Amino acid sequence: MPHPLYRGAAIAGVDESDQIGNVPNKTSLQLHAEAAMNALADAGIDKSEVDGVATAGVSPMQTAEYLGIVPRYTDGTSVGGSSFVIHVGHALEAISDGRASVVLITHGEGHMGGGRRGPGGPDPSNLAGQYEAPFGVLGPPYAYSLAAMRHMALYGTTKEQLAQIAVQTRQWASMNPKALMRDPITVEDVFNSRLISYPFNLLDCCLVTDAGGACVVVSPERARSIKKKPVWVLGIGEAHDHSMISQMPDLTRTAAQYSGPAAMGMAGVTHGEIDLAMIYDSFTYTVLVTLESLGFCKQGEGGAFVSNGRLGPGGALPTNTNGGGLSYTHSGMYGMFLLLEATRQLRSECGQRQVPDCRIALVNGTGGSLSSTGTLVLAAD
Amino acid sequence: MTTQPPYAKPIPLITPENERFWQGCKAHELWLRFCNACAKPYYYPRDICPICGARDVTWKQMSGKGTLHTFAIVHRAPTPAFREDVPFITAIVDLDEGPRMMTNLVGIAPDPAKITVGMPVEVTFEDITEQISLPKFRPAAYP
Ligand SMILES: [Zn+2]
Repeated sequence: MPHPLYRGAAIAGVDESDQIGNVPNKTSLQLHAEAAMNALADAGIDKSEVDGVATAGVSPMQTAEYLGIVPRYTDGTSVGGSSFVIHVGHALEAISDGRASVVLITHGEGHMGGGRRGPGGPDPSNLAGQYEAPFGVLGPPYAYSLAAMRHMALYGTTKEQLAQIAVQTRQWASMNPKALMRDPITVEDVFNSRLISYPFNLLDCCLVTDAGGACVVVSPERARSIKKKPVWVLGIGEAHDHSMISQMPDLTRTAAQYSGPAAMGMAGVTHGEIDLAMIYDSFTYTVLVTLESLGFCKQGEGGAFVSNGRLGPGGALPTNTNGGGLSYTHSGMYGMFLLLEATRQLRSECGQRQVPDCRIALVNGTGGSLSSTGTLVLAAD
Repeated sequence: MTTQPPYAKPIPLITPENERFWQGCKAHELWLRFCNACAKPYYYPRDICPICGARDVTWKQMSGKGTLHTFAIVHRAPTPAFREDVPFITAIVDLDEGPRMMTNLVGIAPDPAKITVGMPVEVTFEDITEQISLPKFRPAAYP
């Protein structure tokens, strides 16, 4: 018997802000709003129908006011880059409860608009400010490199294997006109890029861009009359198991070990049925450890798993076909863009990079310092 | 005597909850929270035991000995104040008593070929202000 919330909602529309990449003249809130209107247009739904709003980064009160929306359902869950993936699961629950029928999920981060990018680091009164920043661990590259090194030491994972992820992701990016970095790269290019925090070179790290994205989640009833084909939500999962990297229970296993089985169990799908994996790639290592944690391979075997072109065009597990945070765009909380690409692939809108016969996609967002994850299983109509 | 420039890197904030920990560091001793109910030390300092939830918690001095859980070598300074330090080693250490701490590995070259996960380390303190000494770790003299 299927889970009671199985196919309880659908993604009706997605889109980016008008521009992504270098957008120096727009605030973060503008990027939220542009993407929101673009995603509603993609769905063919007027903003007057929106009765639920979910936002991370800025308050949902700001996005709703800016857009002139009075939601009866609101979600301000803010757990880093996984937030928007988790918002989809919450929207499904709200829709299934009859509390909303059209939920608008928005994201936007730009240099101009808001906070976040200052060099000062965390507030000294918060935990990371107290117990990690004084040692120079001030930001994701520093935290994630510590986890990657543990994996290398325990399992013999190599820098070359990590670099393979960047190389394959760039192959996908070269086929996405919206990707910022499209020139092919080699493992040697990764090694020759400057060292950030060993074992990470620059090309092991995601881009830093300005971008907005939005996603419209609707009830099954409303999904019958949208502009394009709906993308169905088959399974949802969420978890987090620490905040600071030094408190992560196992640096080689993320909370996707919980959110993944929850989502796949609800969806009733096995790993072999996944046609597309959209895996948060803040760093090359994020992809490797997430694939392991989701059970695509055993713990410690990710290095071999990601090699030999498995994730790239023509590979057995097409992964991050938009070019990922590594090569397409990464505004800070990148998870929204996983939803955009999964939706487009499942609607067969991806042109040259289209995964043939793409029916089922797995989306996994990661936030914080490998702290939080949200997993979705999505299906074509 | 030359005047030192002010310390520009992040400085922890002493609060009633963590004050004893920083007092210990100032005396170059590592004092961690210890739960009387479940008889375990834990880090970072909290008035409620994160293991069992008890509030019956005290302080206990650690040996300062541990092993290297992982490390990384920072080449791009996270803020301008760290520019003079790069390359430097960030590290997570498992204390012999159990708790895990973020720190820096010092007293060894920042060369991945010379540093081994699992190597024995011992605490050493860096006095950064009148009130704050940071607990750092160096290769243990007698493993
Ligand atoms: Zn206890």
